[in-house]
Amino acid sequence: MSALAEAEEDADTPARDHWSLLSQGAEARVYGLDLCGLPAVAKHRHRKAYRIAALDGRLRRDRTLAEARALARCRARGVPAPAVLGVDAARCVLYLERVPGPTARAFVDANRADPARLGAVLAALGGAVARLHAAGLVHGDLTTSNAVCRAADDVVLIDFGLAGASAQVEDRAVDLYVLERALASTHRDADGLVAAVLAAYAAAAADAKQVLRRLDAVRARGRKRECFG
Amino acid sequence: MAALLADNLPVPPPNEALLALGIEGSANKVGVGLIRYVPATGAYDILANPRETYVTPPGTGFRPRETAQHHQRHVVPLVQKCLREAGVDASEIGCVCYTRGPGMGGPLRSCAVAARVLARLWRVPLVPVNHCVAHIEMGRVATDVSDPVVLYVSGGNTQVLAFSGRRYCIFGETIDIAVGNCLDRFARVLGLSNDPSPGYNIEKCARDGKKFAPLPYVVKGMDVSFSGLLTFISQNAPKLLAGGYTPSDLCYSLQETIFAMLVEVTERAMAHCGRKDVLLVGGVGCNRRLQAMMAAMARGRGGACCDMDHRYCVDNGAMIAQAGIFAFQHGSRAAWASCDCTQRFRTDEVEAVWRRPTET
Repeated sequence: MSALAEAEEDADTPARDHWSLLSQGAEARVYGLDLCGLPAVAKHRHRKAYRIAALDGRLRRDRTLAEARALARCRARGVPAPAVLGVDAARCVLYLERVPGPTARAFVDANRADPARLGAVLAALGGAVARLHAAGLVHGDLTTSNAVCRAADDVVLIDFGLAGASAQVEDRAVDLYVLERALASTHRDADGLVAAVLAAYAAAAADAKQVLRRLDAVRARGRKRECFG
Repeated sequence: MAALLADNLPVPPPNEALLALGIEGSANKVGVGLIRYVPATGAYDILANPRETYVTPPGTGFRPRETAQHHQRHVVPLVQKCLREAGVDASEIGCVCYTRGPGMGGPLRSCAVAARVLARLWRVPLVPVNHCVAHIEMGRVATDVSDPVVLYVSGGNTQVLAFSGRRYCIFGETIDIAVGNCLDRFARVLGLSNDPSPGYNIEKCARDGKKFAPLPYVVKGMDVSFSGLLTFISQNAPKLLAGGYTPSDLCYSLQETIFAMLVEVTERAMAHCGRKDVLLVGGVGCNRRLQAMMAAMARGRGGACCDMDHRYCVDNGAMIAQAGIFAFQHGSRAAWASCDCTQRFRTDEVEAVWRRPTET
Protein backbone atom coordinates (compact mmCIF):
# COMPACT_ATOMS: atom_id res chain seq x y z
CA MET A 1 0.00 0.00 0.00
CA SER A 2 1.38 3.38 -0.96
CA ALA A 3 1.93 6.13 1.56
CA LEU A 4 -1.08 8.02 0.39
CA ALA A 5 -3.36 5.01 0.31
CA GLU A 6 -2.52 4.73 3.99
CA ALA A 7 -3.23 8.38 4.53
CA GLU A 8 -6.64 7.79 2.99
CA GLU A 9 -7.49 5.34 5.76
CA ASP A 10 -9.38 6.97 8.56
CA ALA A 11 -11.90 6.23 11.26
CA ASP A 12 -14.58 5.97 8.59
CA THR A 13 -12.84 3.21 6.68
CA PRO A 14 -14.85 0.04 7.01
CA ALA A 15 -13.28 -3.04 8.60
CA ARG A 16 -12.32 -5.21 5.65
CA ASP A 17 -11.58 -8.66 7.05
CA HIS A 18 -12.43 -11.21 4.39
CA TRP A 19 -12.74 -8.54 1.71
CA SER A 20 -10.71 -8.95 -1.46
CA LEU A 21 -9.88 -6.02 -3.71
CA LEU A 22 -11.47 -6.54 -7.14
CA SER A 23 -10.70 -3.24 -8.78
CA GLN A 24 -9.48 0.25 -8.08
CA GLY A 25 -10.84 3.16 -10.04
CA ALA A 26 -10.17 6.87 -9.78
CA GLU A 27 -12.96 7.34 -7.29
CA ALA A 28 -13.62 4.10 -5.47
CA ARG A 29 -12.28 0.67 -4.59
CA VAL A 30 -14.45 -2.35 -5.24
CA TYR A 31 -14.10 -5.40 -2.96
CA GLY A 32 -15.60 -8.87 -3.15
CA LEU A 33 -17.11 -10.28 0.05
CA ASP A 34 -19.63 -12.66 1.47
CA LEU A 35 -22.63 -10.93 3.05
CA CYS A 36 -24.56 -13.40 5.23
CA GLY A 37 -24.10 -16.06 2.59
CA LEU A 38 -24.78 -13.79 -0.36
CA PRO A 39 -21.99 -13.14 -2.84
CA ALA A 40 -21.61 -9.37 -2.69
CA VAL A 41 -19.37 -6.48 -3.61
CA ALA A 42 -18.60 -3.42 -1.53
CA LYS A 43 -17.90 -0.19 -3.38
CA HIS A 44 -15.97 2.10 -1.07
CA ARG A 45 -15.51 5.73 -2.03
CA HIS A 46 -12.33 6.25 -0.09
CA ARG A 47 -11.10 9.49 1.33
CA LYS A 48 -9.19 11.74 -1.03
CA ALA A 49 -6.34 13.36 0.84
CA TYR A 50 -6.02 16.19 -1.67
CA ARG A 51 -9.48 17.55 -0.86
CA ILE A 52 -10.36 19.34 2.37
CA ALA A 53 -12.45 17.15 4.66
CA ALA A 54 -15.61 19.27 4.45
CA LEU A 55 -15.75 19.00 0.67
CA ASP A 56 -14.52 15.43 0.49
CA GLY A 57 -17.13 14.12 2.93
CA ARG A 58 -19.97 15.85 1.17
CA LEU A 59 -18.97 14.64 -2.30
CA ARG A 60 -18.42 11.03 -1.28
CA ARG A 61 -21.67 10.84 0.66
CA ASP A 62 -23.79 12.54 -2.04
CA ARG A 63 -22.37 10.35 -4.77
CA THR A 64 -22.84 7.15 -2.77
CA LEU A 65 -26.47 8.03 -2.15
CA ALA A 66 -27.05 9.10 -5.76
CA GLU A 67 -25.68 5.80 -7.02
CA ALA A 68 -27.86 3.86 -4.57
CA ARG A 69 -30.93 5.78 -5.73
CA ALA A 70 -30.19 5.14 -9.40
CA LEU A 71 -29.71 1.43 -8.71
CA ALA A 72 -32.90 1.24 -6.65
CA ARG A 73 -34.79 2.88 -9.51
CA CYS A 74 -33.33 0.33 -11.94
CA ARG A 75 -34.55 -2.49 -9.73
CA ALA A 76 -38.03 -1.01 -9.43
CA ARG A 77 -38.32 -0.50 -13.18
CA GLY A 78 -36.96 -3.83 -14.34
CA VAL A 79 -33.59 -2.57 -15.60
CA PRO A 80 -30.95 -5.30 -15.30
CA ALA A 81 -28.63 -3.89 -12.61
CA PRO A 82 -27.20 -5.22 -9.35
CA ALA A 83 -29.48 -5.15 -6.30
CA VAL A 84 -28.53 -2.76 -3.50
CA LEU A 85 -27.98 -4.86 -0.38
CA GLY A 86 -27.07 -2.01 1.91
CA VAL A 87 -25.89 1.57 2.07
CA ASP A 88 -23.40 2.76 4.67
CA ALA A 89 -23.68 6.50 4.08
CA ALA A 90 -21.40 7.37 7.00
CA ARG A 91 -18.52 5.35 5.56
CA CYS A 92 -19.52 5.89 1.93
CA VAL A 93 -19.85 2.19 1.19
CA LEU A 94 -22.40 0.64 -1.13
CA TYR A 95 -23.09 -3.09 -0.68
CA LEU A 96 -24.29 -4.62 -3.91
CA GLU A 97 -25.27 -7.99 -5.29
CA ARG A 98 -22.26 -9.62 -6.94
CA VAL A 99 -23.26 -10.42 -10.50
CA PRO A 100 -21.54 -13.61 -11.67
CA GLY A 101 -20.11 -13.79 -15.17
CA PRO A 102 -17.55 -12.22 -17.48
CA THR A 103 -17.70 -8.59 -18.56
CA ALA A 104 -19.28 -7.95 -21.93
CA ARG A 105 -15.83 -6.89 -23.06
CA ALA A 106 -14.37 -10.33 -22.34
CA PHE A 107 -17.48 -12.10 -23.60
CA VAL A 108 -17.41 -10.28 -26.96
CA ASP A 109 -13.72 -10.99 -27.46
CA ALA A 110 -14.16 -14.67 -26.55
CA ASN A 111 -17.11 -15.15 -28.91
CA ARG A 112 -15.98 -13.35 -32.04
CA ALA A 113 -16.18 -16.62 -33.98
CA ASP A 114 -19.69 -17.46 -32.75
CA PRO A 115 -22.18 -15.13 -34.48
CA ALA A 116 -25.16 -16.49 -32.57
CA ARG A 117 -23.68 -15.85 -29.11
CA LEU A 118 -22.15 -12.55 -30.20
CA GLY A 119 -25.48 -11.40 -31.63
CA ALA A 120 -27.31 -12.44 -28.46
CA VAL A 121 -25.04 -10.51 -26.11
CA LEU A 122 -25.11 -7.34 -28.24
CA ALA A 123 -28.90 -7.53 -28.48
CA ALA A 124 -29.14 -7.99 -24.71
CA LEU A 125 -26.87 -4.99 -24.19
CA GLY A 126 -28.96 -2.80 -26.50
CA GLY A 127 -32.13 -3.97 -24.79
CA ALA A 128 -30.73 -3.25 -21.32
CA VAL A 129 -29.82 0.32 -22.33
CA ALA A 130 -33.32 0.80 -23.81
CA ARG A 131 -34.88 -0.29 -20.51
CA LEU A 132 -32.51 1.97 -18.56
CA HIS A 133 -33.58 4.96 -20.65
CA ALA A 134 -37.25 4.00 -20.35
CA ALA A 135 -36.77 4.16 -16.57
CA GLY A 136 -35.77 7.83 -16.87
CA LEU A 137 -32.07 7.22 -16.22
CA VAL A 138 -28.86 7.67 -18.14
CA HIS A 139 -25.72 5.72 -17.24
CA GLY A 140 -23.03 8.27 -18.07
CA ASP A 141 -20.27 5.73 -18.67
CA LEU A 142 -21.56 2.91 -20.87
CA THR A 143 -18.73 0.61 -21.92
CA THR A 144 -18.41 -3.11 -22.46
CA SER A 145 -16.42 -3.19 -19.21
CA ASN A 146 -19.45 -1.83 -17.37
CA ALA A 147 -21.73 -4.69 -18.40
CA VAL A 148 -21.64 -8.23 -16.99
CA CYS A 149 -22.96 -11.28 -18.86
CA ARG A 150 -24.87 -13.69 -16.63
CA ALA A 151 -25.60 -15.55 -19.88
CA ALA A 152 -25.31 -14.71 -23.58
CA ASP A 153 -28.78 -13.19 -23.56
CA ASP A 154 -28.70 -11.79 -20.02
CA VAL A 155 -26.59 -8.65 -19.62
CA VAL A 156 -26.48 -6.64 -16.38
CA LEU A 157 -25.32 -3.01 -16.35
CA ILE A 158 -22.94 -2.05 -13.53
CA ASP A 159 -21.09 1.01 -12.19
CA PHE A 160 -23.69 3.73 -11.87
CA GLY A 161 -21.20 6.20 -10.43
CA LEU A 162 -21.87 8.75 -13.18
CA ALA A 163 -25.56 7.89 -13.63
CA GLY A 164 -28.27 10.49 -13.42
CA ALA A 165 -31.98 10.96 -13.80
CA SER A 166 -32.78 12.31 -17.24
CA ALA A 167 -35.42 11.70 -19.88
CA GLN A 168 -33.83 14.08 -22.38
CA VAL A 169 -33.21 12.88 -25.92
CA GLU A 170 -29.81 14.62 -25.88
CA ASP A 171 -28.62 12.79 -22.75
CA ARG A 172 -29.78 9.44 -24.11
CA ALA A 173 -28.03 10.07 -27.42
CA VAL A 174 -24.82 11.00 -25.58
CA ASP A 175 -25.13 7.78 -23.57
CA LEU A 176 -25.26 5.79 -26.83
CA TYR A 177 -22.42 7.84 -28.29
CA VAL A 178 -20.18 7.06 -25.33
CA LEU A 179 -20.99 3.36 -25.77
CA GLU A 180 -20.26 3.57 -29.49
CA ARG A 181 -16.87 5.21 -28.86
CA ALA A 182 -16.08 2.67 -26.16
CA LEU A 183 -16.86 -0.22 -28.53
CA ALA A 184 -14.67 1.37 -31.21
CA SER A 185 -11.75 1.85 -28.86
CA THR A 186 -11.85 -1.56 -27.15
CA HIS A 187 -12.86 -3.95 -29.95
CA ARG A 188 -11.55 -4.39 -33.47
CA ASP A 189 -14.03 -4.19 -36.39
CA ALA A 190 -16.47 -2.46 -34.07
CA ASP A 191 -18.84 -1.24 -36.79
CA GLY A 192 -20.83 -4.47 -36.78
CA LEU A 193 -20.97 -4.51 -32.98
CA VAL A 194 -22.29 -0.94 -32.84
CA ALA A 195 -24.92 -1.70 -35.50
CA ALA A 196 -26.15 -4.76 -33.58
CA VAL A 197 -26.44 -2.86 -30.29
CA LEU A 198 -28.26 0.05 -31.91
CA ALA A 199 -30.64 -2.27 -33.77
CA ALA A 200 -31.62 -3.90 -30.47
CA TYR A 201 -32.00 -0.47 -28.88
CA ALA A 202 -34.19 0.70 -31.77
CA ALA A 203 -36.41 -2.35 -31.42
CA ALA A 204 -36.88 -1.92 -27.66
CA ALA A 205 -36.94 1.85 -27.01
CA ALA A 206 -40.18 3.76 -27.48
CA ASP A 207 -38.59 6.99 -28.75
CA ALA A 208 -35.67 5.28 -30.48
CA LYS A 209 -36.20 7.19 -33.72
CA GLN A 210 -35.70 10.55 -32.04
CA VAL A 211 -32.73 9.35 -29.99
CA LEU A 212 -30.97 7.82 -32.99
CA ARG A 213 -31.56 10.95 -35.02
CA ARG A 214 -29.98 12.96 -32.21
CA LEU A 215 -27.13 10.45 -32.08
CA ASP A 216 -26.30 11.45 -35.67
CA ALA A 217 -26.10 15.07 -34.53
CA VAL A 218 -23.92 14.16 -31.54
CA ARG A 219 -21.61 12.20 -33.84
CA ALA A 220 -21.35 15.14 -36.23
CA ARG A 221 -20.51 17.37 -33.30
CA GLY A 222 -17.82 14.84 -32.48
CA ARG A 223 -15.77 16.89 -30.08
CA LYS A 224 -13.27 15.41 -27.74
CA ARG A 225 -14.77 11.95 -27.52
CA GLU A 226 -12.94 11.27 -30.77
CA CYS A 227 -9.69 11.15 -28.92
CA PHE A 228 -10.68 8.35 -26.58
CA GLY A 229 -8.64 5.24 -27.00
CA MET B 1 19.42 22.57 -20.62
CA ALA B 2 17.54 19.44 -21.67
CA ALA B 3 18.52 16.45 -23.74
CA LEU B 4 16.36 14.71 -26.33
CA LEU B 5 13.11 13.58 -24.74
CA ALA B 6 12.43 9.86 -24.53
CA ASP B 7 9.24 9.91 -26.57
CA ASN B 8 10.46 12.27 -29.26
CA LEU B 9 11.74 11.10 -32.62
CA PRO B 10 15.42 11.79 -33.34
CA VAL B 11 16.04 15.01 -35.22
CA PRO B 12 16.31 13.99 -38.89
CA PRO B 13 19.32 15.04 -41.01
CA PRO B 14 20.62 17.58 -41.59
CA ASN B 15 20.90 17.63 -37.82
CA GLU B 16 22.40 21.07 -37.49
CA ALA B 17 22.56 23.79 -34.90
CA LEU B 18 19.46 25.93 -35.10
CA LEU B 19 18.42 29.17 -33.51
CA ALA B 20 14.66 29.82 -33.26
CA LEU B 21 12.93 33.02 -32.22
CA GLY B 22 9.46 32.72 -30.69
CA ILE B 23 6.86 35.47 -30.33
CA GLU B 24 3.89 35.05 -28.01
CA GLY B 25 1.01 37.46 -27.52
CA SER B 26 -2.27 35.58 -27.32
CA ALA B 27 -3.46 37.19 -24.08
CA ASN B 28 -2.19 40.01 -21.84
CA LYS B 29 1.48 39.05 -22.08
CA VAL B 30 3.80 39.70 -24.97
CA GLY B 31 7.02 37.72 -24.94
CA VAL B 32 9.98 37.06 -27.22
CA GLY B 33 12.23 34.05 -26.64
CA LEU B 34 15.30 32.56 -28.28
CA ILE B 35 16.09 28.84 -28.24
CA ARG B 36 19.26 27.23 -29.52
CA TYR B 37 19.44 23.57 -30.49
CA VAL B 38 22.88 22.06 -29.89
CA PRO B 39 23.31 18.91 -32.04
CA ALA B 40 26.31 17.59 -30.07
CA THR B 41 24.28 17.22 -26.87
CA GLY B 42 20.73 17.25 -28.28
CA ALA B 43 19.95 20.07 -25.86
CA TYR B 44 17.60 22.98 -26.31
CA ASP B 45 18.93 26.05 -24.51
CA ILE B 46 16.88 29.14 -23.74
CA LEU B 47 19.19 32.06 -24.50
CA ALA B 48 16.78 34.85 -23.56
CA ASN B 49 13.09 35.17 -22.79
CA PRO B 50 11.98 38.75 -21.99
CA ARG B 51 8.30 39.55 -21.47
CA GLU B 52 5.93 42.46 -20.79
CA THR B 53 2.55 42.11 -19.09
CA TYR B 54 -0.43 44.39 -19.62
CA VAL B 55 -1.82 45.03 -16.13
CA THR B 56 -5.15 46.82 -15.68
CA PRO B 57 -6.50 48.56 -12.53
CA PRO B 58 -8.28 46.48 -9.83
CA GLY B 59 -11.85 45.61 -10.71
CA THR B 60 -11.19 45.57 -14.44
CA GLY B 61 -10.02 43.04 -17.00
CA PHE B 62 -7.97 43.45 -20.16
CA ARG B 63 -9.80 44.25 -23.39
CA PRO B 64 -8.60 43.07 -26.83
CA ARG B 65 -7.98 46.51 -28.32
CA GLU B 66 -5.94 47.98 -25.47
CA THR B 67 -4.07 44.69 -25.10
CA ALA B 68 -3.23 44.71 -28.82
CA GLN B 69 -1.93 48.26 -28.54
CA HIS B 70 0.19 47.24 -25.55
CA HIS B 71 1.72 44.40 -27.56
CA GLN B 72 2.32 46.61 -30.58
CA ARG B 73 4.19 49.06 -28.36
CA HIS B 74 6.40 46.42 -26.79
CA VAL B 75 7.09 43.78 -29.40
CA VAL B 76 9.95 45.53 -31.24
CA PRO B 77 11.81 46.61 -28.06
CA LEU B 78 11.36 43.03 -26.77
CA VAL B 79 12.90 41.55 -29.92
CA GLN B 80 15.86 43.92 -29.55
CA LYS B 81 16.19 43.13 -25.87
CA CYS B 82 16.01 39.39 -26.57
CA LEU B 83 18.81 39.54 -29.17
CA ARG B 84 20.91 41.73 -26.89
CA GLU B 85 20.48 39.48 -23.83
CA ALA B 86 21.24 36.39 -25.89
CA GLY B 87 24.23 38.07 -27.49
CA VAL B 88 23.34 36.82 -30.96
CA ASP B 89 23.05 38.54 -34.29
CA ALA B 90 19.78 38.43 -36.23
CA SER B 91 21.60 36.75 -39.12
CA GLU B 92 22.08 33.61 -36.98
CA ILE B 93 18.34 33.01 -36.58
CA GLY B 94 17.02 30.04 -38.57
CA CYS B 95 13.27 30.45 -38.17
CA VAL B 96 10.68 32.73 -36.59
CA CYS B 97 7.90 31.01 -34.60
CA TYR B 98 4.70 32.77 -33.57
CA THR B 99 1.43 31.94 -31.85
CA ARG B 100 -1.21 31.12 -34.46
CA GLY B 101 -3.90 30.65 -31.78
CA PRO B 102 -5.97 30.17 -29.73
CA GLY B 103 -6.27 33.56 -28.07
CA MET B 104 -7.63 37.08 -28.45
CA GLY B 105 -7.84 38.28 -32.06
CA GLY B 106 -6.20 41.69 -31.83
CA PRO B 107 -3.26 40.70 -29.64
CA LEU B 108 -2.65 37.57 -31.75
CA ARG B 109 -2.70 39.57 -34.95
CA SER B 110 -0.31 42.20 -33.61
CA CYS B 111 2.31 39.55 -32.87
CA ALA B 112 1.65 37.60 -36.05
CA VAL B 113 2.32 40.75 -38.08
CA ALA B 114 5.55 41.36 -36.15
CA ALA B 115 6.64 37.77 -36.81
CA ARG B 116 5.80 38.10 -40.50
CA VAL B 117 7.85 41.27 -40.86
CA LEU B 118 10.85 39.75 -39.10
CA ALA B 119 10.71 36.58 -41.20
CA ARG B 120 10.65 38.64 -44.41
CA LEU B 121 13.39 40.93 -43.16
CA TRP B 122 15.68 38.09 -42.15
CA ARG B 123 14.58 35.84 -45.07
CA VAL B 124 13.81 32.86 -42.84
CA PRO B 125 10.76 30.56 -42.66
CA LEU B 126 7.78 31.41 -40.49
CA VAL B 127 6.47 28.66 -38.15
CA PRO B 128 2.87 28.91 -36.84
CA VAL B 129 2.48 27.38 -33.37
CA ASN B 130 -0.51 26.25 -31.31
CA HIS B 131 -0.32 27.99 -27.95
CA CYS B 132 -1.52 24.95 -25.93
CA VAL B 133 0.95 22.61 -27.63
CA ALA B 134 3.69 25.15 -26.85
CA HIS B 135 2.83 25.02 -23.14
CA ILE B 136 3.05 21.22 -23.20
CA GLU B 137 6.36 21.08 -25.08
CA MET B 138 8.00 23.72 -22.89
CA GLY B 139 6.77 21.76 -19.86
CA ARG B 140 8.11 18.45 -21.13
CA VAL B 141 11.52 19.94 -21.88
CA ALA B 142 11.71 21.95 -18.64
CA THR B 143 10.74 19.06 -16.36
CA ASP B 144 12.15 16.23 -18.50
CA VAL B 145 9.00 14.12 -18.17
CA SER B 146 8.38 12.29 -21.42
CA ASP B 147 4.75 11.19 -21.55
CA PRO B 148 2.56 12.68 -18.82
CA VAL B 149 -1.11 13.47 -18.53
CA VAL B 150 -1.20 17.26 -18.88
CA LEU B 151 -3.46 19.64 -17.04
CA TYR B 152 -3.40 22.92 -18.91
CA VAL B 153 -5.01 25.64 -16.84
CA SER B 154 -4.92 29.34 -17.70
CA GLY B 155 -7.11 32.38 -18.16
CA GLY B 156 -8.40 31.14 -21.48
CA ASN B 157 -8.01 27.36 -21.38
CA THR B 158 -8.79 24.39 -19.17
CA GLN B 159 -7.93 21.01 -20.67
CA VAL B 160 -6.82 17.56 -19.58
CA LEU B 161 -4.58 16.18 -22.30
CA ALA B 162 -2.53 13.13 -23.14
CA PHE B 163 -0.59 12.10 -26.22
CA SER B 164 -2.41 9.40 -28.17
CA GLY B 165 -1.78 8.31 -31.73
CA ARG B 166 -0.16 11.35 -33.31
CA ARG B 167 -1.79 14.14 -31.34
CA TYR B 168 -2.40 15.62 -27.92
CA CYS B 169 -5.94 14.44 -27.32
CA ILE B 170 -8.31 16.36 -25.12
CA PHE B 171 -9.70 13.93 -22.57
CA GLY B 172 -11.53 16.50 -20.54
CA GLU B 173 -12.07 20.22 -20.70
CA THR B 174 -14.24 23.02 -19.43
CA ILE B 175 -17.66 23.16 -21.01
CA ASP B 176 -17.90 26.90 -20.45
CA ILE B 177 -15.31 29.37 -19.05
CA ALA B 178 -11.69 28.67 -18.21
CA VAL B 179 -10.62 28.22 -14.59
CA GLY B 180 -8.34 31.26 -14.74
CA ASN B 181 -11.19 33.36 -16.08
CA CYS B 182 -13.30 32.26 -13.12
CA LEU B 183 -10.52 33.29 -10.69
CA ASP B 184 -9.81 36.59 -12.49
CA ARG B 185 -13.46 37.58 -12.47
CA PHE B 186 -13.91 36.73 -8.83
CA ALA B 187 -10.86 38.84 -8.03
CA ARG B 188 -12.70 41.72 -9.69
CA VAL B 189 -15.73 41.09 -7.45
CA LEU B 190 -13.47 41.43 -4.41
CA GLY B 191 -11.54 44.32 -5.96
CA LEU B 192 -8.19 42.52 -5.68
CA SER B 193 -5.18 43.85 -7.57
CA ASN B 194 -4.31 42.56 -11.05
CA ASP B 195 -0.61 43.02 -10.25
CA PRO B 196 1.23 40.70 -10.81
CA SER B 197 -1.90 38.66 -11.58
CA PRO B 198 -5.37 38.34 -10.04
CA GLY B 199 -4.82 34.62 -9.49
CA TYR B 200 -1.69 35.26 -7.44
CA ASN B 201 -3.56 37.69 -5.19
CA ILE B 202 -6.42 35.22 -4.70
CA GLU B 203 -3.85 32.58 -3.74
CA LYS B 204 -2.24 34.93 -1.22
CA CYS B 205 -5.62 35.95 0.18
CA ALA B 206 -6.77 32.31 0.45
CA ARG B 207 -3.87 31.44 2.77
CA ASP B 208 -5.69 33.20 5.62
CA GLY B 209 -9.02 31.53 4.84
CA LYS B 210 -10.43 29.17 7.46
CA LYS B 211 -14.17 28.95 7.06
CA PHE B 212 -15.31 26.87 4.09
CA ALA B 213 -18.39 28.04 2.19
CA PRO B 214 -20.03 25.20 0.24
CA LEU B 215 -20.12 26.01 -3.49
CA PRO B 216 -21.49 24.24 -6.55
CA TYR B 217 -19.17 21.42 -7.64
CA VAL B 218 -19.69 20.59 -11.30
CA VAL B 219 -17.83 17.61 -12.76
CA LYS B 220 -19.30 15.67 -15.66
CA GLY B 221 -17.18 12.66 -16.40
CA MET B 222 -13.85 14.20 -17.38
CA ASP B 223 -15.32 17.65 -18.06
CA VAL B 224 -15.71 20.57 -15.67
CA SER B 225 -17.89 23.68 -15.60
CA PHE B 226 -17.18 26.96 -13.80
CA SER B 227 -19.72 29.51 -14.99
CA GLY B 228 -22.53 28.50 -12.62
CA LEU B 229 -20.07 28.39 -9.74
CA LEU B 230 -18.80 31.89 -10.58
CA THR B 231 -22.35 33.28 -10.79
CA PHE B 232 -23.19 31.68 -7.46
CA ILE B 233 -20.20 33.02 -5.54
CA SER B 234 -20.36 36.46 -7.22
CA GLN B 235 -24.05 36.93 -6.44
CA ASN B 236 -23.77 35.55 -2.92
CA ALA B 237 -20.54 37.34 -2.03
CA PRO B 238 -22.23 40.36 -0.36
CA LYS B 239 -24.48 38.06 1.69
CA LEU B 240 -21.60 35.77 2.68
CA LEU B 241 -19.35 38.71 3.58
CA ALA B 242 -22.11 40.13 5.77
CA GLY B 243 -22.72 36.71 7.30
CA GLY B 244 -19.39 35.99 8.92
CA TYR B 245 -17.20 35.04 5.95
CA THR B 246 -14.08 37.11 5.20
CA PRO B 247 -12.77 37.74 1.67
CA SER B 248 -10.01 35.26 2.57
CA ASP B 249 -12.62 32.61 3.42
CA LEU B 250 -14.25 33.09 0.02
CA CYS B 251 -10.92 32.87 -1.85
CA TYR B 252 -10.10 29.74 0.14
CA SER B 253 -13.51 28.16 -0.58
CA LEU B 254 -13.29 29.02 -4.27
CA GLN B 255 -9.77 27.61 -4.62
CA GLU B 256 -10.52 24.43 -2.68
CA THR B 257 -13.63 23.74 -4.76
CA ILE B 258 -12.33 24.44 -8.25
CA PHE B 259 -8.94 22.82 -7.68
CA ALA B 260 -10.64 19.68 -6.31
CA MET B 261 -12.66 19.54 -9.54
CA LEU B 262 -9.49 19.86 -11.63
CA VAL B 263 -7.59 17.21 -9.68
CA GLU B 264 -10.55 14.84 -9.85
CA VAL B 265 -10.83 14.99 -13.65
CA THR B 266 -7.06 14.71 -14.00
CA GLU B 267 -7.08 11.57 -11.85
CA ARG B 268 -9.89 10.10 -13.94
CA ALA B 269 -7.90 10.74 -17.12
CA MET B 270 -4.82 9.12 -15.55
CA ALA B 271 -6.84 6.03 -14.61
CA HIS B 272 -8.31 5.96 -18.12
CA CYS B 273 -4.97 6.20 -19.94
CA GLY B 274 -2.94 4.23 -17.42
CA ARG B 275 -0.39 7.01 -16.84
CA LYS B 276 1.25 7.92 -13.55
CA ASP B 277 2.79 11.34 -14.06
CA VAL B 278 1.07 14.71 -14.36
CA LEU B 279 2.43 17.89 -15.88
CA LEU B 280 0.82 21.11 -14.74
CA VAL B 281 1.07 23.99 -17.23
CA GLY B 282 -0.52 27.40 -17.82
CA GLY B 283 -0.75 30.44 -15.59
CA VAL B 284 -2.97 28.78 -12.97
CA GLY B 285 -0.36 26.02 -12.78
CA CYS B 286 1.77 28.47 -10.76
CA ASN B 287 -0.67 28.19 -7.85
CA ARG B 288 1.08 26.39 -4.95
CA ARG B 289 -2.14 24.99 -3.53
CA LEU B 290 -3.08 23.41 -6.86
CA GLN B 291 0.45 22.03 -7.15
CA ALA B 292 0.23 20.52 -3.64
CA MET B 293 -3.17 18.92 -4.33
CA MET B 294 -2.01 17.52 -7.64
CA ALA B 295 1.17 16.15 -6.06
CA ALA B 296 -0.86 14.42 -3.32
CA MET B 297 -3.09 12.79 -5.93
CA ALA B 298 -0.19 11.72 -8.15
CA ARG B 299 1.72 10.27 -5.18
CA GLY B 300 -1.31 8.13 -4.35
CA ARG B 301 -1.12 6.68 -7.86
CA GLY B 302 2.60 5.99 -7.58
CA GLY B 303 3.58 8.89 -9.82
CA ALA B 304 4.62 12.49 -9.54
CA CYS B 305 3.40 15.93 -10.42
CA CYS B 306 5.91 17.97 -12.36
CA ASP B 307 5.18 21.59 -11.79
CA MET B 308 7.07 24.38 -13.32
CA ASP B 309 8.24 27.73 -12.17
CA HIS B 310 6.95 31.07 -13.36
CA ARG B 311 9.45 31.30 -16.18
CA TYR B 312 7.79 28.51 -18.14
CA CYS B 313 4.27 28.22 -16.69
CA VAL B 314 3.24 31.74 -17.63
CA ASP B 315 2.95 32.65 -21.32
CA ASN B 316 6.35 33.41 -22.83
CA GLY B 317 8.19 33.53 -26.13
CA ALA B 318 10.55 30.61 -25.48
CA MET B 319 7.72 28.11 -25.29
CA ILE B 320 6.54 29.18 -28.75
CA ALA B 321 10.11 28.80 -30.03
CA GLN B 322 10.31 25.36 -28.37
CA ALA B 323 7.19 23.93 -30.02
CA GLY B 324 8.09 25.68 -33.27
CA ILE B 325 11.66 24.35 -33.39
CA PHE B 326 10.41 20.77 -32.81
CA ALA B 327 7.96 21.06 -35.72
CA PHE B 328 10.50 22.79 -37.95
CA GLN B 329 13.26 20.28 -37.31
CA HIS B 330 10.90 17.44 -38.18
CA GLY B 331 10.07 18.88 -41.56
CA SER B 332 6.93 20.85 -40.82
CA ARG B 333 6.73 23.75 -43.28
CA ALA B 334 3.90 26.24 -43.60
CA ALA B 335 3.14 28.04 -46.86
CA TRP B 336 3.48 31.79 -46.42
CA ALA B 337 -0.22 32.32 -47.24
CA SER B 338 -1.28 29.81 -44.55
CA CYS B 339 0.60 31.68 -41.80
CA ASP B 340 -2.49 33.35 -40.39
CA CYS B 341 -3.81 33.48 -36.85
CA THR B 342 -7.09 32.33 -35.38
CA GLN B 343 -8.93 32.74 -32.09
CA ARG B 344 -10.13 29.14 -32.12
CA PHE B 345 -7.48 26.47 -32.58
CA ARG B 346 -7.98 23.18 -30.76
CA THR B 347 -4.99 21.37 -29.32
CA ASP B 348 -5.95 18.12 -31.09
CA GLU B 349 -5.83 19.76 -34.53
CA VAL B 350 -2.02 19.70 -34.45
CA GLU B 351 -0.11 16.64 -35.59
CA ALA B 352 2.86 16.34 -33.23
CA VAL B 353 5.30 15.22 -35.94
CA TRP B 354 8.24 15.28 -33.53
CA ARG B 355 6.82 12.60 -31.26
CA ARG B 356 6.87 8.83 -31.67
CA PRO B 357 3.30 7.85 -32.66
CA THR B 358 1.53 5.52 -30.23
CA GLU B 359 -0.92 2.70 -30.92
CA THR B 360 -4.54 3.68 -30.54
